[in-house]
Parts: sequence; structure tokens; C-alpha cells
Amino acid sequence: MSNVRQLRFREALREAMIEEMDRDERVFLLGEEVGHYQGAYKVSEGMLDRFGARRVVDTPIAEGGFAGIGIGAAMMGLRPIIEFMTWNFSAVAFDQILNNASKVRQMSGGQFNCPIVFRGPNGSAKQVGSQHSTSMEHFYATIPGLKVIAPAFPVDAKGLLKAAIRDDNPVILLESETLYSVKGDVPDNLEPIEFGRAQIVRPGSALTIIAYSRMTHVALEAADQLATEGIDVEVIDLRTLRPLDEETIVRSVQKTHRCVVVHEGWSYGGVGAEIADRVQRLAFDWLEAPILRVAQLDVGMPYNATLEQACIPQPGRVCDTVKRLVFRET
Amino acid sequence: MSSAAARALGLFRVLDDRSKADWSLAPGFTRELGLRAYREMKRLRVLDARMILLQRQGRIGFYGAAHGQEAVPIATGLVLEADDWVFPALREQSVMLVRGFSLDAFIAQVFGNSGDVLKGRQMPSHQSGKQVHQVSWSSCIGPQLPHAVGAAWAMKIRRAPSIAVGFAGDGATSQGDFHAAMNFAAVFKTPAVLVCQNNGWSISVPTSRQTASETIAQKAIAYGMPGVRVDGNDVIAVYTVLAEACARARRGDGPTFIEAVTYRMGAHSTSDDPTRYRTQDEVDAWAKKDPVDRLRKALMHERWLTEEDDAALESELTREVADAVNRVEALPAVPRETLFDDVYAELPWHLEEQREELMALHARPALG
Repeated sequence: MSNVRQLRFREALREAMIEEMDRDERVFLLGEEVGHYQGAYKVSEGMLDRFGARRVVDTPIAEGGFAGIGIGAAMMGLRPIIEFMTWNFSAVAFDQILNNASKVRQMSGGQFNCPIVFRGPNGSAKQVGSQHSTSMEHFYATIPGLKVIAPAFPVDAKGLLKAAIRDDNPVILLESETLYSVKGDVPDNLEPIEFGRAQIVRPGSALTIIAYSRMTHVALEAADQLATEGIDVEVIDLRTLRPLDEETIVRSVQKTHRCVVVHEGWSYGGVGAEIADRVQRLAFDWLEAPILRVAQLDVGMPYNATLEQACIPQPGRVCDTVKRLVFRET
Repeated sequence: MSSAAARALGLFRVLDDRSKADWSLAPGFTRELGLRAYREMKRLRVLDARMILLQRQGRIGFYGAAHGQEAVPIATGLVLEADDWVFPALREQSVMLVRGFSLDAFIAQVFGNSGDVLKGRQMPSHQSGKQVHQVSWSSCIGPQLPHAVGAAWAMKIRRAPSIAVGFAGDGATSQGDFHAAMNFAAVFKTPAVLVCQNNGWSISVPTSRQTASETIAQKAIAYGMPGVRVDGNDVIAVYTVLAEACARARRGDGPTFIEAVTYRMGAHSTSDDPTRYRTQDEVDAWAKKDPVDRLRKALMHERWLTEEDDAALESELTREVADAVNRVEALPAVPRETLFDDVYAELPWHLEEQREELMALHARPALG
């Protein structure tokens, strides 16, 4: 029987990278501050000492540049992990991801592939202002050729990152600064976790809440609160945004007949809009209420703590939304 | 002036104004190389002319010719070893032809039909061929430069003896990716050679509106690598400079940046009309420095080529290209069901569903 240890989210990510780098010498880590500084959020702590400067590479400040360097190296058969200090800064590298990493296999008639992982914290942290707080998932989830993962728990962070590194396609891994210290059980000898499989993290019958990354924790908190009022909701943690696990979503909505999507990204054209489309299309006959979304308010993230918290979905806002659908007074 | 500055500010030439070679400047260049370069440059010119004609006749959608800029791609193809990698810009596709890629497959990419290795997915003049170690350039102008440096860096990590060559036009030197690539190449001391074909124009914008630098080559000095300015219409000079840069990269001494000064004799692409922004006098002046003519004269000076040889070569190449076009144009279209291949390494279920839907739709004659 394998042992289970309590790991922080950042430690789980680090273990995934170390194990895969031990296993496959083609894997290396590239980014700003990943080496001597041990990672802006200490995800890569100790890795420079262990693997040396050839495989844990501090880069000049140029997201577009090192994304492109990684893509070139990936086309030559290496398997780079690119760390963005925050996904906000990936905007500078968007051309490289959209027009190159995601398309090179298809445009080249399958001659070239680009096995690369882009990872880093996504969404808000704590009072870091608008340009550090964007949730970028919908920009990436819309692109064919990419896979997009957004784990909520250390075990999934480790298992999904291991799978991402072994995947022959470019993978976007969305972490969260506020999750890095969160602890969770991680079994030893954890195998890679297959993409496209959501998990029911709380079974229930009154309504289905769909969330991912940090919002899974917000949804669970809301579910606890709702339970005290006799409302028993089911919470689905997507884990993977592309490919999307339609089956788990649809089966749950067929059981509960109601659905709320919670995510930190903006609502317009967001992941919640995609899920709402699929639920109405695939489970129309089972629905007893409109599908609602709880998302970041449609503004840039303010710095002020009170205003910031008002923008980010909170358990209270999730509870109110759920109650509107289960016909309870809010 | 330091010698480094002199190389970046001067203009290295082997052929003089009368197209006579100073062989003391090009010790590695042989008669065989000269004749091979001439054949390849001439074939490229015949091919480009034919492709532009096809576009005018509506038989292909788009083309970007290398007319006037044949020296750099052909010299590159002749310099490189089989394991080296090429990351071209718009006017260097033909490197792959020199390195053994078939003319038929090259032309099939322009037609985008079933003879196309890229399965009809890429715009014309974006050929790539893995077996000859050449990727496609990126339409956005510049992104292939970091790829070239990344590839070179991968070779360094793997301790492979090969190098990567990346290309850009003068316009691309304004792009952030140019800066990132130059900087990474030098900081990581990669086995890369970066080449700018300065042809004077980025569509309608002259080089003077791209940079206030006296030369483009001098930018290399600021990045900490040698910059060499060469006559881009002198294929012997280009070959010589490239050979030196490649040898340096292969030795592990780091990257070199080359500015090849040349001129785009034709339009930017078949979508462009250059008479709207530049004078005929300017074009006429550059026509006198035509790289194919200069090499022909140089070979004739040496008595390595006669008028009769040249005429025979011209008709041979014209026939070769015409035959290839005829064969390729007759090939069938790419089957619809291939549309979903290669988006991912594996075919995901949602694309399988889309493929079934598409095929069912086209199976109904009224809609197909």
C-alpha cells in the first residue's frame, strides 16, 4: 500500500517537475527567476541545485522571447516547461502560443510537434492590481491544438502536471497564487492523471455547481453554508478545461436539474458561457431553471482590498445565486 | 575604427563592379560551387516567374517571390550540413530545394493539393520539410527568430554538432522578437546564425523608417556578437561570410549576425503593387546589380560557363519547372476528412464528432 503525505500545492508541482526531469532528460524548466531565486513563488525551490543551470534556466525578461525559445527547442525534440511569473504576462507571448505552439503541428501537416508546458499563477492574488489579476483561461481554452488544465488540489496539480509534461501537445497549466500554500493528501508514486476527467468533490442533489482552480474551494465553502440551510448541492471540479468532461457535467445536471458555473474569469465569452451552451444543448430536457454564472465583475481588478473582494466571486455570491435557482429567499 | 565595427559598417564583396571575383577573399569557393549556385539561383528565378504567372491566371492564390534576392537562400543551402536547421523568413523557402526537397512537393504547397506535405493547410510560400530540416516561417514577422535560437540552444544542451540559421527581413528588425532572439542568442551563446536580408522595403515602408541605425549589422555589436555586413547580391561573398559564421557557431564560439544588403526587384507579394511607392530609377539601378547576372559574368570571366551552356541551362530549367507544374496541378484535392488530423497528436472525440458531421453533410449531394 502506498503512503499518503500532506503536500502544499507548490510542493506537489515541484515534485511533478522533479520526477519527470529525473525520468526524461529532455525535460527542462525555463523562465524568469526559476533558478537562483528558486521561483517567484518558490515552486522550483532546490531545482537549480539538483539539475544545474542547463536544465533550470533563468532567462532575460522577455516572455515572448523565452516562449519562442521553448517552442524552437520543443520542435527539436526537447520537452520544455515554461514558467510565466503570472499568466497576465503571457499576453506578451500570446502570438507565440496562439500562432506557433498551438498551430505548428497542424500547419506543418503533422511534421512537427510542440510538446511544451506553459505554467504559472492565473487570476487574482491579494491586492496585486489589475495587471497582475487577469484570469486568462478563456483566451487559451478557445484555441484548438492546446490543452488547458486548472487543478484545485495538490494531488491533481501533481498528477496533471506529470501528464502535461508527457503529453505530445502544448499544455497550458493554470495555477493560483492563493493556492500555492494549500495543503492536501498526495499518495506516493502518483501516476499522471488523465486529462478531460472532472471530479465530483461533493455529491448533492439540489443543484450542480461547476468550478475549477481556486473557485472549487469557494464553491465548496458555499456548499457547506448552503447545507446548513438544508440545500444539498453537488460540486464538480473540472480539473481540465480543454478537453472538457461533458459527460460528468451532463450526468450531474440530469440528476440535479439545476446548474451554476463559478469562475474567476470575466463572464463575456468565458468558460462558463461554453459550459452553459453545452448543458442547454445536451441536458435541455432535464433543466428546471436557467443556467447562471458567478464570475468576476465585468471590470478590471481594483487594488483596494474591499473593492477587490467585491469583484472576485465569494461564497456569499454563490449562495445567493444558488438560492435564486432553488427558489429560496436570499 | 575597430575591426568589429568595420565589418558591421562596411560591405564585404568578392565580386567587383565588373563582376570579377577577388578569389583571395573567398578561398573556399570552387568552380563546382559556382556552377551549382548558378543553376540553383537560375532555377529559383524561373520558378518564381512561373508562380507569379500562375497567380495572375488565377491558378494559385498567392505567392511571394525571391526575385533579386536569390543569392542568400542559395548560398545558405550550399553552406549548411545535413543536420543543420533552417528557420526562414518569406524569401528563403528555396533553401530547402538546394538541400534536396523535391520541386514537385515545393510547388504542390503553393497549390495546396494532395501533393502538399502540409496537406493544404498553409498559405503559399510557407513551405516546410522536416526531412530537410526546415520549418515554416511565421506570418507575424519575426517569431521564427526565437525559434531558431531555441533550436540552436537545444542543440547546445544536447551537445549536438549542428547549428540553426534564422532569417528576417529589414522590417522584422523592428519587431520585439528580433530583439529577444538576438539577446538570447548572445546571452546563451547559442550555435545560431541570424541573417537579415535588407532589401530596402517592408512592403511600402523604406528601411529608413524601420531604423535610425546607420547599418542593421551594427545592432549586433550592442547585443555582444559579431555583426557582418555583406553584399547580398554577391553570392560568393554571402557564401564566404555564412561559412565563417557557421564554422564559428559549430566551434561553440557563439552566434553571428549577418546583414545582407540586397533589393526586392519585384512586388512584396502578388497582393502588392510597388510602383505606388518607389521609383523606376531605383529599380533600374538595382537591376544593374542583379545577383544572377553578376554570378553569370563572374563564371564567364573564369571561362567556367559559356553563352551556349547558359542558353541550354535556361531551357532545361524552364522545362523542368513547366513539367513539375503540369504534374502537380493535375493532382487531386486534399480529402475533406483530413481536416481534423494533426490538430492534436491524437484525434480527440469532439473532432471525431465534427468529422462525422462534416462527412455526413457532404454525402448529401445537394449540399456537397
